[in-house]
Amino acid sequence: MKTDLRRKVLRVALPILVGIAFLGIWQFLVTWLQVPKFVLPAPTLIATAFVRDFGILMGSLWFTLTVTVEAFILAVVGGVALAVLFAQSELVATAFFPYAVILQVTPVVSIAPLIIIWVGYDNVRTALLILAWIVAFFPVLSNTTLGLRSTDHNLRNLMQLYGASRWRVLTEIQFPSAMPYLLAGMKISGGLSLIGAVVAEFVAGSGASTGLAWRIIEAGNRLDIPRMFAALALLSVLGIAIFGVLSAAEYLMLRHWHESAVRREN
Amino acid sequence: MDHATGLSEAAIPEPGSKPIVALDQVGKVYANGTVALRDVNLTIGQAQFVSLLGPSGCGKSTLLRLIAGLGDLTSGQIGWPQAVTDSQGRPKRDLGFVFQEPTLMPWANVFDNVYLPLKLSRLSRKDARPRVMEALAMVGLETFERAYPRELSGGMKMRVSIARALITRPSVLLMDEPFAALDEITRFRLNDDLLRLWAGHDWTVIFVTHSVYESVYLSNRIVVMGARPGRVTADLAIDEPYPRSEGFRMTAAYNEYCRMVSSELHATMDDKAPG
Repeated sequence: MKTDLRRKVLRVALPILVGIAFLGIWQFLVTWLQVPKFVLPAPTLIATAFVRDFGILMGSLWFTLTVTVEAFILAVVGGVALAVLFAQSELVATAFFPYAVILQVTPVVSIAPLIIIWVGYDNVRTALLILAWIVAFFPVLSNTTLGLRSTDHNLRNLMQLYGASRWRVLTEIQFPSAMPYLLAGMKISGGLSLIGAVVAEFVAGSGASTGLAWRIIEAGNRLDIPRMFAALALLSVLGIAIFGVLSAAEYLMLRHWHESAVRREN
Repeated sequence: MDHATGLSEAAIPEPGSKPIVALDQVGKVYANGTVALRDVNLTIGQAQFVSLLGPSGCGKSTLLRLIAGLGDLTSGQIGWPQAVTDSQGRPKRDLGFVFQEPTLMPWANVFDNVYLPLKLSRLSRKDARPRVMEALAMVGLETFERAYPRELSGGMKMRVSIARALITRPSVLLMDEPFAALDEITRFRLNDDLLRLWAGHDWTVIFVTHSVYESVYLSNRIVVMGARPGRVTADLAIDEPYPRSEGFRMTAAYNEYCRMVSSELHATMDDKAPG
């Protein structure tokens, strides 16, 4: 019991200690070596910039967060819907899967200008949404497709024996079996939604969008490096938060039964 | 009924029992050309406990699946003389099936696993509750309704699987080497439990096994099958009264039956397949 608690405390305390030490050394070196603030600002300077630009940064964070979350939700809905369609018919899967792959392997940076032109510069947010979706939907699609196919064959035999309809087979057996795969796909997708939203905004470039990526470009152009770091830190925190939420969801949904979430007892 | 068995000297126990399923010249060829079954004729009567016994590859599991309606026949037919037909003209078979693996849904607890067949027939959880608990009591797991499969031992998982098969009160219980993966002590216990469940009901059990001892202990009829191609080679009656218990394993009659069934099995395995 005691060692258990100690391990828990250590797991939180150790990374925090490493972080504090890192920031301390950073602060010390920058001050001691008199590094110019437009090359590498001291952590205190970044913190000051963060407080100073709090309003602007929070506005941008909200913009990037909403684009990311919307793209993620659409990616999950679209990916699962397509996977269900693919699972129903081998023919549909064979016909369309290669195109899903093409969409995935084509770098989003190279599609971005095209999408932005199509959607229009006055509508950049929609373009970002589409681009983030393109990046994010594939892991959900491919994982869910695999999951739906991985149902225990004898469980399917059992369903056939009891005359269950396709819909019942899907809801009673295939969906629950695919859940661990779907959740793993969602974890990848969550991170990719953020990457998609940020990369697309970098490509969109103009001041038409106001997300964290644009703040970074803007601050870079003005050599306001502390604000650049502040925006960067916010992006990292956002990414960690998305990963944390999805990991927690995965644990909560699988803790009763899946080997990945259940503690090994020996 | 003579045509119903592969060998003319074969005896069908309980001649008065009503035929419940009749296999007529059943053949099965897999897509890769393997002849799994050839010309299987078999009539199984109500309340019989029939073991399908044979070496691996003799098609006994295939035969059981065909009886269950899983997979198509290549030739012949399977008739259900007593069954009523459903709206689409297919015979309504009230079957329970127990696979070699427990085949439980790992994400659902014991209650929900047993409830599944009733859920599929649109019985509400509330209305199903007494029947689920009754089935769990039959296999001695009434206190485990909330447990998840991963928390159960191999034998307990198999009990859940049996409870699920019995929940629809089927007239025919099909079992595909259900106890093969279990240790001997657990297997003996489940053998006794199965006999206890079967006694006092008039259901039919079709039990696939590769164990001579298990088949003699459990059944009143043993159908011996040979491989390449899968076919019926002997049909033997085990005329010993039920209830049978551990004491039966010590009797001379039991040993004599085991010897007889064993020699039939070896004759089958030494035999070159006809054709």
